[in-house]
Amino acid sequence: MTINAKNLDFTALNEELRSAGPICRIEGCLGQRFIAAGMKDKSIEIYGVPGNALGAYLGGGGIVVYGNAQDAVGDTMNAGLIVIHGHAGDAAGYAMRGGEIYIKGNAGYRAGIHMKEYREKKPVMVIGGRASSFLGEYQAGGIIIVLGLHDDGKPVVGNFPCTGMHGGKMVLRGEALGVDFPSHTKQRRATDADMSEITPYIERFCGLFGYDTAGLLGDTYTVVTPDSNNPYKQMYVEN
Amino acid sequence: MTGEKIIESMLPMHDRSNGLGGGFAGYGIYPEYKDFYAFHVFYNDNSARAECEKLLGESFEIVKAENIPTRKIPEITDIPLIWRYFAAPRDSVLSRLQLDEKELVVRFVMHVNSKIDGAYVFSSGKNMGTFKAVGFPEDVGRFYRLDEYEAYLWTAHGRYPTNTPGWWGGAHPFSLLDFSVVHNGEISSYDANRRHIEMFGYKCTLRTDTEVIAYIADYLLRRCGLTLEEVASVIAAPFWSTIEKKEPKEAERLSYLRKVFPSLLVTGPFSIVLGFDGGMMALNDRLKLRPMVVAEAGDRVYVASEEAAIRAVEPDAENVYAPMGGEPVIVRVKEGAY
Repeated sequence: MTINAKNLDFTALNEELRSAGPICRIEGCLGQRFIAAGMKDKSIEIYGVPGNALGAYLGGGGIVVYGNAQDAVGDTMNAGLIVIHGHAGDAAGYAMRGGEIYIKGNAGYRAGIHMKEYREKKPVMVIGGRASSFLGEYQAGGIIIVLGLHDDGKPVVGNFPCTGMHGGKMVLRGEALGVDFPSHTKQRRATDADMSEITPYIERFCGLFGYDTAGLLGDTYTVVTPDSNNPYKQMYVEN
Repeated sequence: MTGEKIIESMLPMHDRSNGLGGGFAGYGIYPEYKDFYAFHVFYNDNSARAECEKLLGESFEIVKAENIPTRKIPEITDIPLIWRYFAAPRDSVLSRLQLDEKELVVRFVMHVNSKIDGAYVFSSGKNMGTFKAVGFPEDVGRFYRLDEYEAYLWTAHGRYPTNTPGWWGGAHPFSLLDFSVVHNGEISSYDANRRHIEMFGYKCTLRTDTEVIAYIADYLLRRCGLTLEEVASVIAAPFWSTIEKKEPKEAERLSYLRKVFPSLLVTGPFSIVLGFDGGMMALNDRLKLRPMVVAEAGDRVYVASEEAAIRAVEPDAENVYAPMGGEPVIVRVKEGAY
C-alpha cells in the first residue's frame, strides 16, 4: 500500500500506517516526526525526508529510507531494522536497546548516545561514512561500527568520541590514527573473535548498499571498549 | 524572493513551535527608503506612541510614519499598535553629541525599550525589517503580508518558549541596526553575557535570552571591529583541549579571543542565523546541542534546523550538509545584488 504523506501531519500519517497492511510505501514524506513509533509488524519504504525520531520505540519490522534521515533515528528502539540510504542527522540510535541500524552515509553528532544492552538484546549500528563528534557518548552496551567509506577527507570520527562510555563496543575500520580516545577507554586491533562478531553486520551492510564484503573484511579494525580499571568518573564536560 | 517562499518552508516546522511567537526578517525590502533607518515599533497605546515619536523627532528627521500594513486574520489576536518610521539622524544632533549615526540609533533604541513604558523598537536597520508577533510563523507571515515584500535574504523563526513569557517583543528575530538573530536553543550563560554587555550601554529588556546575542553581535562586529569568523570564535569558542591541538598560529588566535572576551562565550544549546547587511552567518554552539542543515539550490543557500524545511521549497537542493559545532557558515550576497 502506498501512502502519500503530503499534507498529512505525523499523527495522521501514523494512523494511516497502523491501518495499512504489513507492507507500506510512504511517498512525499516531509519532516513528519515519530514515523512508525512503537510499531513492530510493518515493512516500510520511505521516499522524501522523514522527520525526527524515525522509528522511535520500534519493536520489530523494518524501515528503509531512500534519502537522508533527520535527528534521533531509532530513538529507544527495541528491535527491528532501520536502513538509511543517505546520511543521518544527530543522535542516531539514541538510547537504542535492540535491533539494527544501517546508515550508508555519514552520521551527525552523538550517534549511539546511551546505547545499551541486556542479555540477548544487543543493538547494532553500522555507519558507512564518518561520524561527527561525541560518537558513542555514554555508551552502555551494543556495538557501533564506523566504516569510514566517506570521501570528503574528514576524519572517521570527530572530537570527543566515547565520552562517558561504560559498556559495549565501538569498532572503527582502520587504525583510527589521530583519533583522541578518552583515558577511560581501551583500544586494540580487532581479534579473530571480534571479527567473527562483526562479520555478519558488515556482510549485511554490504548486501544492503552494494559494497564488496571480502574487501571490507580484509581490512584492519580498531576496537574500543571501556577500561574497567579506570572507569569514567567525570560529571560534566570540561570547559 | 517574496516572503511567500519562507512562509512555505516554515509549514513543515509547525510542530517545532507552539503558537507563542513567530517572526521574520527580510533584507533588501525597502529599496525606495534604503538610505533611511527603518524603525518598527510596538506600542501598547497612543500615549506611548506620542512619547516615542517626540523622542524620535528630536534626534531624527522622519520622512515617513505609518502603520505597518497587516491582514486581518483570526489567528493573530491582542494586537498592539504597530508603527513604522523611515528616518535620518539630524546632523545637528550628531555633531552636538559627537556620535556616529549608528551609535545614535542604538542609544535611541535602548532608551525607548528601557525608559518608555509600552513602547518597543523591534527593528532599526536600513533597507531591512523584522516582523514578529505572538502566533505560529505561517500565520505571522500572512498577518504582515510578507508576500508583498521582496528580499535577497529572509530569516524566520517559530517559537516554543519554555521558561520566558510568550509576548510580541519576545518573538524572534531580535534585531538591532541591520543585525538580526533567530535562535533555536537556550543560553545557559545568559546572565553572564547580559551583565557584561550591559556595561557597554546595551539594555536587555525583552524578557528572553536571545536578545543578548543580537547585542553581542553589534558590540563585537560594529564596535570592536571583529570579523564574523572572529565573532564565531568568541561566542562558540572551542574547548581549551581543542585549541591546544591546533596549529600554533591558529591556537594563538583562538586563545587570544577566548581570553579577551571570556564573558561573551555563549554556552548552552544554540543554532543561530545572524542576518546582516549583505548576508548571513549560521552558527552552532561548540557542543552542537541543536541541529542545523545547510543546502544549496542554484545560487541560493538555505540553512534550517531540519532538512525538511529546505526540501519544502527546494525539493532538489544539493550539497546538503551539517556544519560542525562552532563552525560558522558565512554567506554573502553577490556584489551589487541588492
